[in-house]
Amino acid sequence: MFLKEYFGSIYRSARSLLKGMKLTGYYFTHPKEIQTEEYPDNRATLTMFDRFKGEVTMPHNENNEHRCTGCQACEIACPNGTIKIITKQELQPDGKKKKAIDTFVYHLELCTMCNMCVLACPSDAIVMGQSFEHSVYDKRQLKKVLNQPGSKIMEGVE
Amino acid sequence: MKLILDISFSSFATGIHQWLVGAVHSEGLVKVIEMVIAGLALLVFLVPLCFILGYMERKVAAFIQVRLGPNRVGPKGTLQIVADTIKLLFKEGLTPNASDKFLFNLAPMIVVVTSMLVMAPIAFAKNFQIWDISIGVLYVSSISSIAVIGILMAGWSSNNKYSLLGAMRSGAQIVSYELSVGLSLISIVILAGSLRMSDIVMSQENGWWIFKGHIPVLISFVIFLIASTAEINRAPFDLAEAEQELTAGFHTEYSGMKFAMFLLAEYINLFVVSAIAATLFLGGWMPFHIGHWHTFNFVMDYIPSSVWFLGKTFAIIFIIMQFRWTFPRLRVDQLLTLEWKYLLPVSMVNVILVTVMAIMGWHF
Ligand code: SF4
Ligand code: SF4
Repeated sequence: MFLKEYFGSIYRSARSLLKGMKLTGYYFTHPKEIQTEEYPDNRATLTMFDRFKGEVTMPHNENNEHRCTGCQACEIACPNGTIKIITKQELQPDGKKKKAIDTFVYHLELCTMCNMCVLACPSDAIVMGQSFEHSVYDKRQLKKVLNQPGSKIMEGVE
Repeated sequence: MKLILDISFSSFATGIHQWLVGAVHSEGLVKVIEMVIAGLALLVFLVPLCFILGYMERKVAAFIQVRLGPNRVGPKGTLQIVADTIKLLFKEGLTPNASDKFLFNLAPMIVVVTSMLVMAPIAFAKNFQIWDISIGVLYVSSISSIAVIGILMAGWSSNNKYSLLGAMRSGAQIVSYELSVGLSLISIVILAGSLRMSDIVMSQENGWWIFKGHIPVLISFVIFLIASTAEINRAPFDLAEAEQELTAGFHTEYSGMKFAMFLLAEYINLFVVSAIAATLFLGGWMPFHIGHWHTFNFVMDYIPSSVWFLGKTFAIIFIIMQFRWTFPRLRVDQLLTLEWKYLLPVSMVNVILVTVMAIMGWHF
């Protein structure tokens, strides 16, 4: 009885150890399984994964139009005060005045890439970008204006 | 072709000896000069060997962990170890104030010197051996156990709790696992009928012991691998260093070149252990022969004996490295359980089996 238990434990442990060695042996002989990349060398071809959050960006279409209405929901949602929206009153063709965005100030140095602003935006005007090489020597360069100069709101976005 | 094959390590050594006998007329002086040459040759061999092993260890670890490993310094990172060595050379060799300075500085020397001494009876190639002592196996197992004194010395003289605990653990570990190592070596000694390394290699002319000795020799080979991994303090038996709990164990306080010496000793030990396993179980420099396949055996004979020896040794080094990067570390109590409850009884029974086999002549 005791001997059965004894040899059984030897057999079980040897089997599990061999199983582990089989897996590591598989990884050793299959270099294509390697997950890491040689980063600065592969800059040209580097693509980050879809959910990577590098910075907040505001996409513009080919007519230099964005989707931001200046509702400031993102500014309220941001836990760090990273976003400052400066609005202006724009004269509509029908003579009415309407709130519109003047400057979308984004302080990259304060941002924690938490994605709250993107979730809060009712008109999907901002998305998280893929770039992550943000280091600069002067922190003033981290303050960014996301709406491009001369851009205006897209037709039909309320 | 014939000429190139004739130039072997042994003819090279004989050539040097004859030249010396001709040039120097005193026999004692020839001996001294030859000893110096052998020592220098060993050093010249060991330093690149440690570089290669260090690089190999990193690459094996990286590939097993699905990483790339060193790839910046030199082509494919081959010069990484050189860069590390230069870094260690320029580090300050700190000696703690409250330490026992004499022992503290002596300890790394003892560890390195003992691991180098064990190299003496190893047959690197056909008829190429530093010292073919008649008690080779006994010499190896007794000298390698001196290393624990160096480790205990390092731990004690550092005057540091981590170091002392690491050294004590290492003492318990080496003392226990030495028994299994010894017993698995004895099983080959019984079969070969000699302690002399060259005799053991020659006894495997018609087949390596691991094939000739059936299952009992296979068991003692496995036990030797496990127990000697423990004896050289490598993971999964690295309780003496135990980075997670003891920072670096017995060499916590060491820095610079003194630390590098411990590293050097670790790699030399790794090589020695693998070389002994290759010599005793896998036939040392003996080429691989299959029964009566004369053409096959003839082709195998053409591969130089040093290549056979190094190939086998590196295969075993790879297995020991794979152990390190595959298995989780043991606790101290598990470590002692493994030795006293499993390895030792099994190897004792195994020695009896081998003895019966040798007496009855059941091996080939
Ligand atoms: S990602 Fe988070 S921290 Fe950054 S701007 Fe948006 S809400 Fe603010
Ligand atoms: S980015 Fe979205 S949430 Fe922020 S002001 Fe513009 S529309 Fe509103």
